[in-house]
Formats: sequence, C-alpha cells, structure tokens
Amino acid sequence: MGSKVTAILVWVSTLILYPSMAAAERTDGILSTVNLPAAGSQIATEMYDLHMYVLYICVVIFIGVFGTMLYSVIVHRKSKGFKAANFHHSTTVEIIWTIIPFFILFGMAFPATQTIIDMKDTSTPDITIKATGYQWQWGYDYLQGEGEGIKFLSKISTPREQIRNEAPKGENYLREVDNNVVVPVGKKVRMLLTSNDVIHAWSVQQLGVKQDAIPGFIRDAWFKADKPGIYKGVCSELCGKEHAFMPIVVEVLAQEEYSKWVAGQKQESAEPAVDVNKEFTMDELKATGEKVYAGNCAACHQANGKGISGTFPGLDGSKIAVGPKADHIKMVLNGKAGSAMAAFKHLSDVDIAAVVTYERNAWGNTTGDLVQPSEIKAFRN
Amino acid sequence: MSQEANHYYIPTPSTWPLTGAIAIFFMGFGAAFTVNKLPIGYVSLAIGFAILIYMLFGWFGTVAKESESGKFNKQVDSSFRWGMGWFIFTEVMFFAGFFGALYYMRVLSVPWLGEMEIAYGTSVWPEYAAGWPTAGPGITEQFTPMGAWGLPAFNTALLLTSGLTCTWAHWAIKLDKRSQLKWSLFLTIALGALFIGCQAYEYMHAYSELNLKMTSGAYGATFYMLTGFHGFHVTLGAIMLTVIYFRVLAGHFKPEHHFGFEGVSWYWHFVDVVWLGLFVFVYLL
Amino acid sequence: MAAVHHPDNELGHEHEHHGPPAGIMRWLTTTNHKDIGTLYLWFSFAMFLTGGVMALTIRSELFQPGLQIVEPEFFNQLTTLHGLVMVFGAIMPAFVGFANWQIPMMIGAPDMAFARMNNWSFWLLPPAALLLISSFFVPGGAAAGGWTLYPPLSIQMGMGMDMTIFAIHILGASSIMGSINIVTTILNMRAPGMTMMKMPLFVWTWLITAYLLLAVMPVLAGAVTMLLTDRQFGTNFFNAAGGGDPVMFQHIFWFFGHPEVYIMILPAFGIVSQIIPTFARKKLFGYSSMVYATSSIAILSFVVWAHHMFTVGMPVTAQLFFMYATMLIAIPTGVKVFNWTATMWRGSMTFEAPMLFSIGFIFLFTIGGFSGIVLAIVPVDIVLQETYYVIAHFHYVLVSGSLFGLFAGTYYWLPKWTGNMYDEGLAKTHFWCSMIFFNITFFVQHFLGLAGMPRRVPDYALQFADFNMISSIGAFGFGFSQLIFLYCIIKCIRGGPKATDEVWEGADTLEFTDLPSPAPYHSFETPPKVK
Ligand code: HEA
Ligand code: HEA
Ligand code: HEC
Ligand code: CUA
Ligand SMILES: [Cu+2]
Repeated sequence: MGSKVTAILVWVSTLILYPSMAAAERTDGILSTVNLPAAGSQIATEMYDLHMYVLYICVVIFIGVFGTMLYSVIVHRKSKGFKAANFHHSTTVEIIWTIIPFFILFGMAFPATQTIIDMKDTSTPDITIKATGYQWQWGYDYLQGEGEGIKFLSKISTPREQIRNEAPKGENYLREVDNNVVVPVGKKVRMLLTSNDVIHAWSVQQLGVKQDAIPGFIRDAWFKADKPGIYKGVCSELCGKEHAFMPIVVEVLAQEEYSKWVAGQKQESAEPAVDVNKEFTMDELKATGEKVYAGNCAACHQANGKGISGTFPGLDGSKIAVGPKADHIKMVLNGKAGSAMAAFKHLSDVDIAAVVTYERNAWGNTTGDLVQPSEIKAFRN
Repeated sequence: MSQEANHYYIPTPSTWPLTGAIAIFFMGFGAAFTVNKLPIGYVSLAIGFAILIYMLFGWFGTVAKESESGKFNKQVDSSFRWGMGWFIFTEVMFFAGFFGALYYMRVLSVPWLGEMEIAYGTSVWPEYAAGWPTAGPGITEQFTPMGAWGLPAFNTALLLTSGLTCTWAHWAIKLDKRSQLKWSLFLTIALGALFIGCQAYEYMHAYSELNLKMTSGAYGATFYMLTGFHGFHVTLGAIMLTVIYFRVLAGHFKPEHHFGFEGVSWYWHFVDVVWLGLFVFVYLL
Repeated sequence: MAAVHHPDNELGHEHEHHGPPAGIMRWLTTTNHKDIGTLYLWFSFAMFLTGGVMALTIRSELFQPGLQIVEPEFFNQLTTLHGLVMVFGAIMPAFVGFANWQIPMMIGAPDMAFARMNNWSFWLLPPAALLLISSFFVPGGAAAGGWTLYPPLSIQMGMGMDMTIFAIHILGASSIMGSINIVTTILNMRAPGMTMMKMPLFVWTWLITAYLLLAVMPVLAGAVTMLLTDRQFGTNFFNAAGGGDPVMFQHIFWFFGHPEVYIMILPAFGIVSQIIPTFARKKLFGYSSMVYATSSIAILSFVVWAHHMFTVGMPVTAQLFFMYATMLIAIPTGVKVFNWTATMWRGSMTFEAPMLFSIGFIFLFTIGGFSGIVLAIVPVDIVLQETYYVIAHFHYVLVSGSLFGLFAGTYYWLPKWTGNMYDEGLAKTHFWCSMIFFNITFFVQHFLGLAGMPRRVPDYALQFADFNMISSIGAFGFGFSQLIFLYCIIKCIRGGPKATDEVWEGADTLEFTDLPSPAPYHSFETPPKVK
C-alpha cells in the first residue's frame, strides 16, 4: 500500500512543482524545454500569462479534488474496518459544485476574451507581408510599408547529411533557413497567409502567431516584436512528407538596421536582372537546373530522377520529360490539378528553363533539348 | 398460424450476415480498385453486388417467412418501429451533411472568395465576382443553372402524388381491401419509376444542353450530389416498394400486422420530404 | 442479494436454440449477444496491438533526432493509420463489445433486439480492417494525411486513401447498425419494472453514446464521400477554384469528430460508475445528476467542434462562441468527477484491479480534461495547436481514459463472463506498470508541446531530444505491460478459482444478482422482475 501512496504523491508533487519550475524558467530568456518559450511580443506575453493563470487554477482544483479522494482512499477502506455510510444524494451539494466551476470558468474566459479581440485586430499595420506556403518552403512578399516590393523564397538550410545522420547535427538543426523574414522592431506587422498547394500553417510561438495558410483563400494575423532577435517557428499543419522540414525564421532588426536591409535588398533587385532574352548555354542551364532541381523537385522525384514508385513518378525516361518540350514546360508551370504536382509559377523564368533543360538531359534522358528563359516567358502569357 | 408468440423472437444462427460481410468485402476492395481504374476492381465489384443481392433476397425472404408464420410478437414489432425510425434519422443526418455543404458554400465560402480584395487588399482571384449559382473563381467553363419550374416542378408533383397513393395503400391495408391495396401500391411504384425516369432525362439535358456537370464547381457538385443521392434513395425506395408489392400479391400482411409495409412507407415519405428540401434549396432559391 | 435462478431450466423447451453450434461456425453465424460481444472484444484487442505496433514504430523513430528507421512518407502513414486503427478499430469496437455482453444482462433482456443484424455489424469490421491495413501494401502506400484526412493533402494521396475512405464507410455502417440495435434494445427490451431511471449508468451512457453515433456517423460518411468525389470525379467541394473550401471539410469532419471523442469516453464513464459504487460498497452518489450530466455533455458536444480549428482564421465571434461552449463542458464533466469522489467518500473501499483502474481513470482523465480546458482558451490554443501538447491531451483522455476504462470493465466482468476469477496479482501488476509507464510516455509530451515541438513529424530540433527519449522508453514499457493483460485474460479463460455468482461483494446489477457465473448462454428468456 505504501507504494501506491508514494506513487500518487510523486505525481501530485510533479504537478505542483511544474508551474514553479516553468515560472522560474521564464526570466532567463533562453528557450525553455518545459514551458512556453519567453514571449517576444505583447500578445505572446498575454498568451503566456493566460496559460500560467489557467494552469495554476487547474492545479488548485486538482489538488482539492484529489486531496479529498486521496484522503478517502487512505481512510475509508474496508481493511481498516471502515463501515460504509449510505448517503447518495444531496441537491445542495450538487448545485454548489455545478455553480462554482461556472464562476471559475468565467474567471478564465474573461481575460481570454480581451486577448482574443486584440489578437484578431489586424487593422492599421505598419508593414504587410504576404507569406505563401509551398510544398515545402515559404514565399514572402512585402506588400506594403517600408520594404514594399521585396520578394523571396525561404527554405530549410539544414544539410541533408545532418538529417540522414551522416554529419554531426548543428546547433540550429531543423530551425534554420536560407532567407530569414526580416522585420523592424516595434512595428505592427500584418501577415497575409495563403498557400499554393495544401494547407500549411505559419507559426512563430514567441511572437504569438499561428495561422493556417489555406490554398485559394487569404487569412491574416499580426505581431509586433518587442525586441530585436531571431525568432523561430515551424510549419504547423501536416503538409506532406517534408512537413517536418519547413521551418520559419523571423529576424527582428532595430529600425536603422532594417532600413539598411531594405536598401540592400532594393539594390540587389535593382541590379540588372539576368536578361531573360539572353541565350544560355547547355552547361549553364544544366548547372543552374541541377540546383533548382535539388531545391524544389528532388523531395518528390528524387535526386536520381527515379521518383517513388506509386506516389511520385520518375522523370528518368518519363513520357513527359523526353516528349514534346511544351508539355513538359506546362507541367512545371501549371502543375497537375488533383495531384501533388503543384504549379511552380513562382520560380523565375531562368530557373524553370534551367530545371526543364536539366531534366531533359539528366540521368538516362538525352533529348539534347535546350530550353531558353524566353520560351518560358512566352508560355506565361 | 396467427397465434402471437409469447417470447421475444431470437433468430437461430444464420449465414446471411456473413454472406453480407463477404459481399461488402468484395465491394469495398472493388470500389477502391475501380475508382483507381484497375480492371480487377470491376470484377470484384460485380462479384460483391451479386453476393449482396443474393444475400438480400435470402435475408429478407427469411424475415418475411418468420413474420408470416407469426413469430414476431408485439414487442418485436415495436423493435422494428424503433429500428426503422432511427435508421431514417441517420439518413436525415446524411442529407444534412450535404445540405450543410451547400449552405456553407453559398453563404460563406463563395462570398469570401469574392470579397478577398476588400478584406485583405489583395486577392487570389482578383477577377471574381461572387454570386450564386457559380462554378467558382477558377473554373472558366460556363454552364446554365437548372430552372425550377419545368421538369423539377413536375417531379415534385409526381413525388407528392406518390406520397398520397402510398398513404392510400396504408388505408387499404388497414381496412383489408386487397385490390385497392394492389392498385395504390402499383401506382406508387409507377410514379416513383416515372420520377426516376424524369430525373435521368434531366441529367442528360443538363449535360448535353446546359453544360452543367459534376465538375461545374460548387453549383455542379452540390446539384449532382444532392439530387443524385436523393435519386438513389428513390430508387432504393421503389425497389423496396416492389418487394412489398410482390409480398402483397403473395397474400402477405394483415390489417393489424404489416410493419414490413409501414417501414417502407415511412421511408418513402422521408424521401418525399427530402425532395421538398431539394426543390426549395437547390432549384428554387 | 436476490436468489439466483437459472432461466435455462425454467424455460419451455419449445425453442430451436439449445446451445451454440460447434466449431468455427458458432462464431461465424452466431446471433447470441455474448458470442458477438466476445468477437468484438477480441477483434478490438487485435486492433489495439496493431495500432500499438505502429505507435511503437513512431516512438522508435522519435527516440532520437534525425531520420533513422522510417522514411518521412511512411512515418506519416503510420501516424495516420495509428490514429484510425486505434479510434475505429480498437476503442469503439471494444465498447460495442461491452455493450453486447452487458446491456441485455443489465436490463434483463433475452438478447439484443436485432440479433441477426448484430452479427452483421460485427462481421463488417474485418473487411474494413483489412481494407485499412492492406492499404500499406498498395502502390503509394496507406493514407498519409493524418487521421483527420484534411484535404487538399488527402486529395494528393494515392489509392490507399480510397481504401481508407471505403473502410470508413463500412465502419460507419457497422457503427450505425450497432447503435440502432443498442437504442432499440434499451428502449424496448427492458424487463418489467426496469424504468429508465433505474437503469444502470453503463446502460444510460451507452444509450446516449448510441444517439451520438446515430447523429454523427452519417455526417462523417458524407464528408468522406465528398472527399472521394473530389478526388475521383472532379467535384469541387474542397477546392477554392470551384467555390468550395478546404476548411469546409474541417467543419464537417469535426462536427463528427468532437462528438466522436465523447463516444469514446461516455461508455467509460458508465463502466467507472458501475465499479466505484461496487468497491465502495455504497450507492452511486447523485445518480440522476449523472444522467443529466451525461446528456448535457452529449448535447454540448454538438456545438463545440470548431475548437479544433482555432487557427484556420475564423471571425472573432466564432472563436469566442466556440471557446465558451467548449469550456462549459467542464461543468457536467466536473459533476461526474465530484460524484465519483462523493461515492468513494465514507465508503468501505477495497482495491481490486477494477477499482484501481477506475481510480487511475479518474485521476488521469482529469489531467487530460484540464489540458483540454487549457486548449479551449483560444489564445493559449494558438500557441499549442498542432504541438505535442495536443498529443498529450488526447492520450490522457483516450489511453488513461477510454482504455483504462476498458481495462477496468474487463477485470470487473471477466469473472461473470468466464466463471473464473482472474489472477489478482497479475492484474495489479498490469495496473501499476500501465500507470507508471503511461505517465512516463505522455506526461513529458506536455513539456514538448509547450516548448514547441510540432506533431506529425518524424524529426525534431535538438532541444526536444531528452523528453522524446524518455517518452519512447515509456512507450515500450507501456506496450509490453499490455502483454501482462493478455496473459492474465488467457489464464482466466483457461481456468482459475471459481467465481461466485455475485463475484463482488457490493455488486447490485442484474447480471450479478440474478445470473450465475459464468452467465448462461441464453439469459433472461423470461424476464426477471425488477423491484
Ligand atoms: C476521449 C476523448 C476526449 C475527451 C473526453 C476530450 C475532452 C476535452 N477536450 Fe479534447 N481532444 C481529443 C479527445 C478528447 N478530448 C482528441 C482526440 C483531440 C485531437 C484530435 C486531433 O487533432 O487529432 C482533442 C483536441 C482538443 C482540442 C483542440 C486542440 C488543438 O488541436 O488545438 C481542444 C481545444 O479546445 C480540446 C478540448 C477538450 C475539452 C475542453 C475537453 C473536456 O471535455 C474536458 C472536461 C474535463 C475536465 C475539465 C476535467 C474534470 C472537471 C473538473 C474536475 C471540474 C472543474 C474544472 C474546471 C472548472 C476547469 N480537445
Ligand atoms: C484511441 C486511442 C489511441 C491509443 C490507445 C493510442 C495509443 C498510443 N499512442 Fe496514439 N494517437 C491516437 C490515438 C491513440 N493512441 C490518435 C488519434 C493520434 C493522432 C494521429 C494523427 O495525428 O493523425 C495518435 C498519435 C500518436 C502520436 C503522435 C504521432 C505524430 O504526431 O506523428 C504518438 C507519439 O508518441 C502516439 C503514441 C502512442 C502510444 C505510445 C500509445 C500506446 O498507448 C500504445 C500501447 C500499445 C502497444 C504498444 C501494443 C502492445 C503490443 C505489443 C508490444 C506486442 C507486440 C505484439 C505482437 C506483434 C503480437 N500516438
Ligand atoms: C510535392 C511533390 C512534387 C514536387 C515537389 C514536384 N513534383 Fe513533379 N510530380 C509530382 C507528382 C505527384 C506528379 C504526377 C502527376 C500526375 O500525373 O498525376 C508529378 C509529375 C511531374 C512531371 C510529369 C512526369 C510524368 O511522366 O507524368 C514532371 C515533368 C514533373 N513532375 C516535374 C517537376 C519539376 C520540374 C519539379 C520542381 C520544380 C517538380 N516536378 C516538383 C510531384 C511533385
Ligand atoms: Cu508546410 Cu507543414
Ligand atoms: Cu474536440
């Protein structure tokens, strides 16, 4: 019997200890392993506090109820000769324990309501960014405010070897991307979320944002970061095989640095873009194409072009990859409705030309075809 | 033998359910393979159907025999009533799902798709003006919606009349007027069959002249799924009525004991009511 | 204790049925509620092991960061099928098994209302299970969109998804027939004097559960049918381009899905409400409020579904409505917890395995309920949705809730079913192992979720490594603890000390007071008189 009581005690004490453990964790700012990470925005702080508040109430009720039960279990046992009473009804008691929880719940719902209303208020943003989910990367479009017009794709930068356990895992394993979303501190950033294929979710816990990205629809959310720093998130809706590998990194900069970043980006895009009318050589296209392929297509069609039988067709020897060029280009540009093959319109003309050229001349495919960016441009219109 | 049994009738072990399960096994795999265009699917589906029909004949035949030999007492009879009642309730919920989908699209998702620009300053479908009926923002093929006052109104009249003849049959059975019973049942079935015929004609008309298809976006999908499932239920009801008709010809049912008939008539009325819902929400509004 | 009589002897010899036919045909063709109950129970246990093996594979992959055992695509298939198999294959059929065995005996009926259809309800399950499991072996593999089957991801899947859809249709048909049977039996076949408000709570909870099933299974059937036509016949229910909405699927699914979780817990409430009074040797406290609470939970369950969708971006009013409605469920559930506590209060308790599992149930279910309340608070759900916190929440209510309830019920009624007493020592070992390993597995998942580990991932960031390792170790411990259960049951079926007719000192329902142990093949052909 002693062991039972100890076991129960262990769990009760864990429950009591846990919130205090969690509360202590909050101040030191590092990522917690037992509680919500330190909040990085007003809303996230409210969320954090609400969670602690509700948790404490629950722990108190828990101790009340199970303290009573534990007492009963220890004292009211037959082996101690305890004789059963025979009450089995009391309207008063029952009314009391229906009403009290009602008030407790009211006490929880009240502060939550205020936060919800704030959380949903996406009006008057300083900056609006559209994030588009792709299988499996994020596309960002700065639509309004400082930085308007900036546009880039952002995908995981953890090397495959680390995931495959062929290289030691880095510190930011699975939580690093090639292009961070950069925003200024203390500005209201409105995120518009949509998707190109399946449902994804844009989620950064520390900023208190999680919003599904639904294909064909736009939804929004907002945050205002308290201080500069790096905030990490993950795609939070199952979106296929690489769902685990679709992180989000938000880089919050002080205002001046943000302006510098914007200027840098502007300059980059002002540099004469690669001329779409330029004629590329086979080698140039194949080299670029291989990179584009590895970054966008290999997840499904595999690096060796063999695909995965039953799910993703191989491109090595596929009718489309060695057939007429037009069908191949259309497939990549528009995808195929009702299948996992999404439209890749968001890639640049050069990239698409390169990847198509690559596919037509890689592995066992030897069409010798060269697809120029100008052809892609023609197809777009 | 008309003496009421004094015990609740518990059937002896039976192979019919197992036969039914085997049928469903073939049909389940068959359907999954068929929709993926594997030839073996059709074979499996056909085998499954054949077994199912065999099972239905056998099972219902047994029940009819048990019923006629007086094995079902009052309590068994009321079990059937509860059972049939709740079964119809599940059918109501099934249709509620599809009506819900229709209303969700009409009232929520289609307007959202049209108002995106206003709400977010940018839109996935900039060109789209919401309205109903619609094929949705991404489907360019045009179609003409189905009007309410032609064939559909006639169909409404057909089904309502068949509801009346069905009730007439019920009176006939209660008053033991066998020839009236036969006639009214026959009429009910004929009206049902005519309804199905009209519905089939309407589909052909929709496909060939209105260019209204399953693939015509929200309108096409809800139109065909709702009317299609309803039509399927009418067909089932008509088949059940036909079975009842043959049982009547064979002299089954008594004025005070005829739940086989009543259950089917409940079903028929249910199908009727669903049609009214369809007529109003799919065709009229 | 009322006199135990043997209806077999009293009964006229007019009937066809004496004993069961011998051999395999007994099980294939049976119309006997006890045989069918047994079939359900074994089937669900087999499914539990199947789903459990999938869970262990998941936990093995998650033992360490990095991909080591399975590919991501296969991992998603495992997660999906683990959820589907456990929910539709293990927990639900197990409760139907209990209903079959117990309801006729508890209300004094000779059998289920539709005995032959009852057989069909069961024999539909194996083809459905076969469809589900064999979908692993078709090109493209099993469905990998999560047990919630959200489109458009589920539109992308291969043939395995169609097999899953048809399996769900068949399972749904089986549940509907089972529920019609249960409702009819309870409403129409009670012994004289067994008024509604005298029915044992297990019967009450099942009546309400059956109503939930009747209301929501057809809706699920509709949802997956739309999924099927979207996949194969070009409809656009869940496609914005055609004016549909992927989120509409979520609404329809959760309109089914939330009542579904109560379908999996209410019968467990019923079982526990039978056991606690028995071992406290004291009448259940607040019988009628238990009935009202159960009904309130059922009714409320229809208006809370969107709490699974707080992140889809609904209007603020919808979020508020669904938050308030969800929180309200704590009140009737609380009434139940308090009533159980009050029943134990000043009882004369003993702690055999059924009682241990019942107490374990209340204790851990309440933790799960509290994490449910935490999740119901929208702003908190925003940070926790789709993380391991949710996984922890629902394993607390499903494993230490539904499953522990099933264990409790099994030990409670096993002596009545087999006529033999089970091995109490083994059963207690089973309890303590389950209790400890369960918590090791799932308690730490709260931490993982809070710290941000997403669910449905085969790989995770390094900060989550420690707790995942602990959780995986716990899972193996928990899994192997279930082998004790299996052994204990087989041992009890094979023999053991003879159980008395009453079995437990404090038991007062008809199967204990009016029937011998083991319960005869046909019980109550003449209805007992209930005072
Ligand atoms: C048996 C199954 C079961 C049960 C009983 C419950 C019970 C509850 N669940 Fe749970 N839930 C699931 C199974 C279940 N759930 C599953 C499977 C999922 C995930 C599905 C998926 O996404 O795959 C889920 C997910 C889920 C979510 C969505 C999380 C997310 O995805 O973001 C939410 C949010 O509100 C929620 C809430 C609740 C609540 C409030 C209850 C309440 O009913 C709990 C009530 C009980 C108590 C509160 C304890 C006892 C009460 C007292 C002692 C009284 C005093 C208490 C207070 C005043 C607080 N559940
Ligand atoms: C209904 C009940 C139910 C039950 C009982 C369980 C039981 C368990 N579950 Fe499950 N789980 C779900 C329902 C359930 N689960 C659902 C609905 C999901 C969501 C799916 C989704 O996201 O879509 C989920 C998801 C889920 C996940 C998250 C997966 C992910 O997000 O990727 C995890 C991870 O730890 C997990 C673990 C476990 C474990 C360790 C058990 C253990 O309790 C299992 C213990 C049992 C065994 C281990 C079997 C024992 C047998 C042997 C050891 C013997 C072997 C013998 C032979 C082969 C003969 N479950
Ligand atoms: C999410 C998975 C996925 C990604 C990423 C993907 N594809 Fe595909 N692809 C598919 C699927 C599935 C099909 C089969 C579509 C069908 O016919 O149903 C396909 C088909 C194709 C085909 C036609 C092959 C044939 O024989 O039918 C080509 C060519 C192709 N993809 C090229 C690409 C290129 C180029 C990229 C990257 C820019 C890419 N794919 C990225 C899943 C993907
Ligand atoms: Cu994108 Cu998960
Ligand atoms: Cu829920």
